[in-house]
Amino acid sequence: MSAVVDSHGHGHEHHHDHHGGYSGIMRWITTTNHKDIGTLYLWFSFIMFLVGGAMAMVIRLELFSPGLQWVNPDFFNQMTTMHGLIMVFGAIMPAFVGFANWLIPMQIGAPDMAFARMNNWSFWILPFAASLLVISFFMPGGAPGVGWTMYAPLTVQMGIGMDFTIFAVHLLGMSSIMGSINIITTILNLRAPGMTLMRMPLFCWTWLITAYLLVAAMPVLAGAVTMTLTDRHFGTSFFNAAGGGDPVLYQHIFWFFGHPEVYIIALPAFGVISQVIPAFSRKPLFGYASMVYATSAIAILSFIVWAHHMYTVGMPVTGQLFFMYATTLIAVPTGVKVFNWVATMWKGALSFETPMLFAIGFLFLFTLGGFTGLVLSLAAVDIQLHDTYYVVAHFHYVMAIGAVFAGFAGIYFWLPKWTGRMYDEKLGKWHFWLSTIFINMTFFVQHFSGLAGMPRRVPDYPLMFETWNKISSIGAFGFGLSQFLFLYIVLKAIRSGEKAKDKQWEGADSLEWTHLPSPAPYHSFETQPVIK
Amino acid sequence: MAHEATAAPHQHYYVPQPMPWPIMGSIALWLMMLGAVFVFNGMSGGWISIAAGFMVLLYMMFRWFGDVIRESEGMKYGRWEDVSFRWGMSFFIFSEVMFFAAFFGALFYVRVLSVPDLASLQNNEYLWPGFAALWPSAGPTFEQKFSPMAAWGLPAINTLLLLSSGVTVTIAHWALKENKRAMLNLFLFFTVALGVTFLFVQAYEYGHAYSELNLKLTTGVYGSTFFMLTGFHGFHVTVGAIMLSVILGRCLAGHFKPDHHFAFEGVAWYWHFVDVVWLGLFIFVYWL
Ligand code: HEM
Ligand SMILES: [Cu+2]
Repeated sequence: MSAVVDSHGHGHEHHHDHHGGYSGIMRWITTTNHKDIGTLYLWFSFIMFLVGGAMAMVIRLELFSPGLQWVNPDFFNQMTTMHGLIMVFGAIMPAFVGFANWLIPMQIGAPDMAFARMNNWSFWILPFAASLLVISFFMPGGAPGVGWTMYAPLTVQMGIGMDFTIFAVHLLGMSSIMGSINIITTILNLRAPGMTLMRMPLFCWTWLITAYLLVAAMPVLAGAVTMTLTDRHFGTSFFNAAGGGDPVLYQHIFWFFGHPEVYIIALPAFGVISQVIPAFSRKPLFGYASMVYATSAIAILSFIVWAHHMYTVGMPVTGQLFFMYATTLIAVPTGVKVFNWVATMWKGALSFETPMLFAIGFLFLFTLGGFTGLVLSLAAVDIQLHDTYYVVAHFHYVMAIGAVFAGFAGIYFWLPKWTGRMYDEKLGKWHFWLSTIFINMTFFVQHFSGLAGMPRRVPDYPLMFETWNKISSIGAFGFGLSQFLFLYIVLKAIRSGEKAKDKQWEGADSLEWTHLPSPAPYHSFETQPVIK
Repeated sequence: MAHEATAAPHQHYYVPQPMPWPIMGSIALWLMMLGAVFVFNGMSGGWISIAAGFMVLLYMMFRWFGDVIRESEGMKYGRWEDVSFRWGMSFFIFSEVMFFAAFFGALFYVRVLSVPDLASLQNNEYLWPGFAALWPSAGPTFEQKFSPMAAWGLPAINTLLLLSSGVTVTIAHWALKENKRAMLNLFLFFTVALGVTFLFVQAYEYGHAYSELNLKLTTGVYGSTFFMLTGFHGFHVTVGAIMLSVILGRCLAGHFKPDHHFAFEGVAWYWHFVDVVWLGLFIFVYWL
C-alpha cells in the first residue's frame, strides 16, 4: 500500500519500541498488544478451567455414592454455584475473547484492536473479579450456595459471600462490555481495504454478533444483581412479595440476560468450527451467506425465548406457548448451521488432524445437546424435566462439550500460527479420544438419571441412581485428568515443538495463514494489505 | 482493483504505548468494592478501603485522560481514529440504555404483573386482607401512609431544566463548529449550570420525599423503583455534569477545533442520552 499523506504527523519510528520500556511482569501488566492480551486471556481461562474443574471433581466425588460422603450440603451448594460461575464467566467466555484478540486483527488485516489501552483493562479486570469470588470462600458463611443463576430470595438471605459474588459479577460485566465495544469497533472500522463485511472469515462475523449480544445482555445482569444488592442491604422490595415485588421478577431479568448468554458462549464456538472444518475439508465453507444470516437470526431470537427456563414458575398458558414456539424456532437457524458444516465436508478431501477431530466431535455432540434443548423447549415435557439431570446433560453437551471442544479445536488449529511450533499430533489425538470417551461417560448417563427424575443441585440421591452416578463420576475424573495431557501438549509444543510452516494447514485461507509468517510477528499489518 | 491501494483513506492507526493506568483502575475498583462489602456488613475499615480506592481511581483517571487529551491535542488522532471513537461511544451508550432497561423492566413488571397478581390471589382475604391492586403501592404488608411524588411540581421543573440543557449544549456545539469560542464557553457553562441545578432540585425533592411524604427507599416496591430509577439517573447526571465541566475547562484552555472535537461530541451524546432517559422517567415514574 503506497503512502499518501501521513496526516498523523509521525512516522513509524515509534514502533520499534515494542514494550514501551517495560519488561518482565510489567510488560504483561501494561501491554497494549492484542497478541499479548490474547495470550493473557487464554492462560487465565485455562487456570479458571482447572479451578472450576476442581470444583466439579468435588461435586462428582460427593455424588459417587448415595448418602452424604465427603462434604456437607452447604459446601456442596457452594461448589455447584462457583463451578457454574467460574466455568461460564472465567473459563469459556475469556477463552473466546482470547481467540478474538489474537485472531480478529490478523483476520481482517488490522494493526491492532481499536482501543488498545481499554483492551488491556478488559483483561486486567478479570483476575480481580476472580479474586473476589475466591475471597468469598473465606468469609463467614462461605461462598454463596445459590446456584450460578443466583435466584432471589435465596440470594437475599445469603451471607457476606454473596456481596463479593455480586461485585464480582459487576466487574466481569464491565470487562465483557469493554471487550465487546472493542471488538465491534475493530471489526467495523479497522478492516483492510477490500475486506468487505461479507468477505470476513466467519469467526469475525460470529464475534461481531456475540459482542453485540454482550453489550445488550451484560448490563441487564448487572441491573439484576444490583437489585439483589439493594434488597439485601437497603431495604428495597424488588424481589419481596410483602413489599409488592416478586422473586419471579428476578428470574425474568436474569434469563433475559441468561439465554443470550448461552449464545454468547455458543456463537464464537460456531465461528471457530466454521474456520476449522473448511480447512480440513479443503473446500470453502458451504453457504457462507446463510451462515451469517443464521447467526444474526439466532442473535435476534435469543432475546425472546428467555422464559423457557421458567415453565414451572407459573405462567399463563399463552405465555408458555409463545416461549415454546419462539424457542423451537431457534432450532431452525441452528439447524442451518449444522447442515452447512456437514455440507462443507461433503465430497471434501478430508483429513483428520486433531483440530478436525475436535471439530467433528463438536458437530456430533453439540447437535445432540441441541436436540435435548428442543426436547426441553416443549413446555409440557419440560415440566417433568426441569431441574433434573436431564437439563444438566443438555447444557453440558452444548457448553462443556460443545464450547470446550471448539476451544480445543481452535487451540490446536492456531497454536502453530501463534507459537511458530507444532504440537505432537499423536498426543493430540490421544487427548481427543480420551476427552471424548470420558466426557460422554460423564454426561450421557445423566440423560437417563434425569429422565428417571434425579434432581440437580442435591448432594444425595436414592439408591436407584447409583450406577449412573458412578459411571458419571468415573468419566468426570477421567476427563479432568486428560486435561493435564492437554497442558503437557501445549507446553511441549511451545518448548520443543517442530517448526511450523507459515501455512501449516493447506486448506486454511484466512489472512493470518496467507499473509503472515509463523509465528505471527508482534505487530502484524501495521500497513494494511489490500484484499482483492 | 489495484487502485484501491492508493485510494485508501488512511495509512496509519494510532496504537498507544503500554502504560500502567488500566491495572491501577482495576486495583481502584477492587479496593472500593471490598470496602463497600465491609461497610454494608457493618465491618470496620470499609470506608478506608473505599477512600483509598477512590483516590487511586482519581489519579488513574487524571493520568489516563491526560494522556488521551495530550494525544488528541498533539494531532495523533485523525479521521480513522475518530470513527472508532464514534462507534465506541455509541455502543457504550447502548450498554447504558440496557442497564436502565433492567430497572424500567422491573417497574413495568411490578405494575402490570406482580401487584395485580398479589391482589388477585384466591386467598387474598386470608393472607393480605383488603390488599388492592392500586398504583402506587408499597405492597401488602406496608402499613404506614405515604404519598407518591407528584409529577407537576418539582419533576416538571426538572424536565424543563434538562430539556433546556439539551438545547444549550446543542447551541454550544454549533458555536464550536462556527469557531465562535465565546459563545461556546457561555452555552457550555449554561449547560453545566442547568445540570447542577437539576441535581440540587432533585436533592431537595428527595429531602421532601423523606421528611414530608414518608416516601423512602424502604417504602415497598414503589419506593424501590422510584429511588432506584431516579437515583441511578441522578448518578448519571452527576457523571455527565462532571464530564461537561472537564470539557468546559478544555474549551477555556483553547482545546478543540471546529473539525476536531470528538470529546465534546461524545459528552454531548451522553448528555442527550441522560435527557431521554429522564423523559422516560418523567412519563412512567412520575406521571402515569
Ligand atoms: C437448539 C437450541 C437450544 C434449545 C432449544 C435450548 C433449550 C433449553 C431449555 C428449554 C432449557 C431449560 C430447561 C429447564 O431448565 O428445564 C435449557 C437450559 C439450558 N441451556 Fe439450552 N437450549 C439450546 C441451546 C443451548 C446452547 C447453545 C447453550 C449454551 C452453549 C445452552 C445452555 C443452556 C443452559 C446453561 C441451560 C441451563 C440453565 C440452568 O438452569 O442453569 N442451551 N435450554
Ligand atoms: Cu435458554
